[in-house]
Formats: sequence, C-alpha cells, structure tokens
Amino acid sequence: MKNNQIGMSLIVKTVTRLTVGLMLVYGIYIVLQGHISPGGGFAGGVIIALSFIQLMLAFGKGAVLKKLGREKCIFLSGLAAFVFLLLAVRGFVARHALGFQEGHSGIFSAGLIPFCDIAVSILVASGLFVIFLALVLLTEEQE
Amino acid sequence: MELHLILLFMIIAGIVAVEARDLISSVISLSAAGLGLCLAFLILKAPNLAITQLVVEILCVIILIRATINKDLPLVRDGRWLFNTISTVLFVVCFLAFAYFALKELPNFGEPIMRVSGEYIANSLEKTGSSNIVTAIALNFRGYDALGEAAVLFAAIIGVLAITRKSGRVNEK
Repeated sequence: MKNNQIGMSLIVKTVTRLTVGLMLVYGIYIVLQGHISPGGGFAGGVIIALSFIQLMLAFGKGAVLKKLGREKCIFLSGLAAFVFLLLAVRGFVARHALGFQEGHSGIFSAGLIPFCDIAVSILVASGLFVIFLALVLLTEEQE
Repeated sequence: MELHLILLFMIIAGIVAVEARDLISSVISLSAAGLGLCLAFLILKAPNLAITQLVVEILCVIILIRATINKDLPLVRDGRWLFNTISTVLFVVCFLAFAYFALKELPNFGEPIMRVSGEYIANSLEKTGSSNIVTAIALNFRGYDALGEAAVLFAAIIGVLAITRKSGRVNEK
C-alpha cells in the first residue's frame, strides 16, 4: 500500500504503463521519418520528453530518476549539441554530400539530414526534461 | 469557411482563458485555443507545423499546471483601474494604427513572393534527397539557422540550471 501513495492513483498508473512505451516509440518514429513524412527532430524530441514527463507525473520522481538522472540528462544534451555542431562544421568543410543519397525513401536516404534530426531530438528531449525536472524540484523545495 | 469558424472558436477560448476565475479552467481553455490553432494549421495544409504546435502546447500546459497548481495567484483589480484602462486603450490604438500601415505592404493571402523559396521548392528533392520539403529546407538549405536554434535552446537550458542551482541560493529562513 505504501507504494501506491507515491504519485497519482491506480487508474493513472495502469494507463501510464500501457501508453508510455507507445509514446516513446512514436517519438522515435517521428524523429527517424522526419525527412520522409511530416515530423522532425524538434517534434519527436518533445514527444520523447513528454513520455518521460508522463512517467514522472504518474509514478513520482523516484521512478524516473533511477532510469534517467539529472546529470545524465545534462551530459546527453551537451553531447547532442556538440554532435550537431560537428555536423555543421563537417558541412562547412566538405564540399560534397555523403554517399547514400540515391532513392527518396528509407531511413538513410537524405545525406546528413537524419543525423541532424537525431542530434536535435536528443538535445530537445533531454533539455526539456531537465528544465521540467529543475522546475519541479524547485517548487517542491519551496513548499 | 472552416478557418473562420476555428478562428472564432479560438477567440472565444482566449476570452474565457482571460476572464475565468479558476486558474485550472483558464489553463484548460488556453489549451483549447492551442488545439484550434493546430486544426487551423492542418486546414492550411501544414502538417509539420501542426504536429509541433500540438506537442509544444501539451508540454506548455503540463508545465503551467504543474507550476501553478499549488498557488492561487491574486488578481490585482483594486486601484489604478483608470490608468490601466487608458494605457491599454492607448497601446491598442497604437498597435492598430501601425498594423494598418504595415499590413498594407504584405502580399495577398496565398500569393507568396517567390524569390528564394521558388528555387528551394523546385530543386529540393534532387538536391537534398529528402521528400519532406520542410525538413529539407530547415536542416539542409537553412542548416545554420537550425544550429542557431539549437544554440538558443542550449543557452536556455544552461540559464534554467544556473538559476535553480542549490549552491548560489540564499537561505531566507
């Protein structure tokens, strides 16, 4: 019974167990299909962050901080920003595109665009989640 | 026609969001206005923008509710209402006057000026290999623009973490 008192009610927890994996997979799908169908790095990253935020709202902060801590989030956002900067420098230095540019379908089909999408999505997801985490921890300390 | 209905719905939702006494109902009617904006983007045939609008709206509503659910913000209604009303009307008149002259210079609805964007639309598929033209423009033709956006987001993260850090806070108890 003690476990039930952390977070929200049993109904919310059960629904969260069913939907949070779907949301995570849908976010990854939106990121990876960003150059083929509507979507992209920013929207997919926000969906990935929303799945972690839903897990945190339903189960309390302890369940999420075990999986994805604050330091790990900060490291991931910094790493993604650095990778995106490296991709930009690579486009500035090299005058030709990458090899796998034939065909207009498939995940690896549009040069550097999928890698930029993945870097932007990791930056957005970890960044928004760490902002949410900082605000929640701040309001809990004030109470 | 549908666009006008949705715009009317968004205006009503915005008025409810401003005038509601309860903070939670105000936030929920704000999210209704955001959903109307998402539908308007879909009618204007911009699904990429609609997805982004929807998810960012959800995130903003969650953060707003989480940040304001334990506080009842007092509404300042006493005193100085004459000054407030006069300054509001003055700013609205100024904005409408400038908007009247500025909006006359814009091209008509649905007839954009095709100087650079015409080149993008004609050649994006063979130059970038991406069949989603929005991503092709945002990450290939305007790639350094996206790099600037990422830098702005990174600066925002660093700012939030620096403001809410533990070591620099003064204990007021």
